[in-house]
Amino acid sequence: MEYLIGIQGPDYVLVAADNVAASSIIQMKHDYDKMFKLSEKILLLCVGEAGDTVQFAEYIQKNVQLYKMRNGYELSPSAAANFTRKNLADYLRSRTPYHVNLLLAGHDESDGPGLFYMDYMASLAKAPFAAHGYGAFLTLSILDRYYRPDLSRDEAVELLRKCVEELNKRFILNLPSFNVRLIDKDGIHDMEKITLIAK
Amino acid sequence: MALSDYCLLERLKKSQTNWGDPQHIYMPPFPQATPFISRRTSRFGPPNHVLTVQRPFPLSHGTTTLGFIFQGGVIAAADTRASAGGLVACPAVHKITPIHSHLVVTSSGSGADCMLWERILIREIRLYELRHKRRLSIRASAKLLSCMLHPFKGTDVCVALTLGPRVIYVCSDGARLQGDIISVGSGSPYAYGVLDGGLSWSLSKEEAISLAREAVFRATHRDAYSGNNVDLFHIDAKVQQVKQCKYVCSQRLRD
Repeated sequence: MEYLIGIQGPDYVLVAADNVAASSIIQMKHDYDKMFKLSEKILLLCVGEAGDTVQFAEYIQKNVQLYKMRNGYELSPSAAANFTRKNLADYLRSRTPYHVNLLLAGHDESDGPGLFYMDYMASLAKAPFAAHGYGAFLTLSILDRYYRPDLSRDEAVELLRKCVEELNKRFILNLPSFNVRLIDKDGIHDMEKITLIAK
Repeated sequence: MALSDYCLLERLKKSQTNWGDPQHIYMPPFPQATPFISRRTSRFGPPNHVLTVQRPFPLSHGTTTLGFIFQGGVIAAADTRASAGGLVACPAVHKITPIHSHLVVTSSGSGADCMLWERILIREIRLYELRHKRRLSIRASAKLLSCMLHPFKGTDVCVALTLGPRVIYVCSDGARLQGDIISVGSGSPYAYGVLDGGLSWSLSKEEAISLAREAVFRATHRDAYSGNNVDLFHIDAKVQQVKQCKYVCSQRLRD
């Protein structure tokens, strides 16, 4: 139902998420933001069961900010990803597991850009590109075919647009618009929303 | 409320999950009507209790409630039928409750749960106001309700807060959404059909009221679990109960 995608470049990470907040068969909101800003250079994209997404993402968000307040410096993306995964794993075998699928994207001064794929079973993988949702079945092959590690920013946006057009063509659900953000050494930049007209 | 504390409300069982069934863990994500593992287990019935009515998709809550924003404030509307399976338990239920001078709550789902949580919310908002000497903001009230409901995932409550200059949807499964038009309940698709076509920001108060009434009426016409009268609230600076249309279903609205 929901769709997340991330593409890592040589010095940036491009992420996009759809804007639909649905309840059963009804689109309740058309402009819902699924990205949570963990710190100046880390974004968490969260989809999954209705209440779990916001609760878990805000929990992680506040803890990352608390770390900064206590220690004076921010968590690196890899540390934040591992922290998130640890929380997912701890709750997995409790009575209230969080059913959320996540993409964590960030830029570190020493390690460079990083994209981390996590799912509700508390798995963690650092990947050059990743996608969540039913739309991933349709778009991962496009990413496999056209991705290169040295994509420029425009080429990455073009690749993202290809994926979104494929979704528009073949995916049974209507996902009309997507939030797009880019993270590089200067922080998080909002890019132009991708809005498609239904064919 | 003292009784609830005496009965130790927090000792109510937390929601059960289906993790005991190993099939769920290893199943690939095929498209299904309910792609995510449903938490709805019957806590108060025997373990093999089965819902008597099979629905094609999980749209529950036999009601139609809606709220929308326009230039003249906020309109909240709901039907007044309380259904229990196939029985009309009560034809004149108040699904919209004023909980503060500027806040109104529309409820759908289990009637008892909604009444309880409305009272708890009223208590908490009033306590906050007394302790901190200022009003709790609307988004904070919604977040408070959402956080209070979080341990109770599995109860059939669905509360759509319609208040002040904001319409916020809070659900017992944890969803919290702010929007311009929200409709909740089994009659909500029909209501959306009418609202989406006729709603604009610049409606006058009378037009907005008649649109809301029309939307609920159409929903009650098509949905078996909604019916009887229409309750309407209009919120400007304060709550005003505007109109209560009588016997909507037998009236032909040709406004």
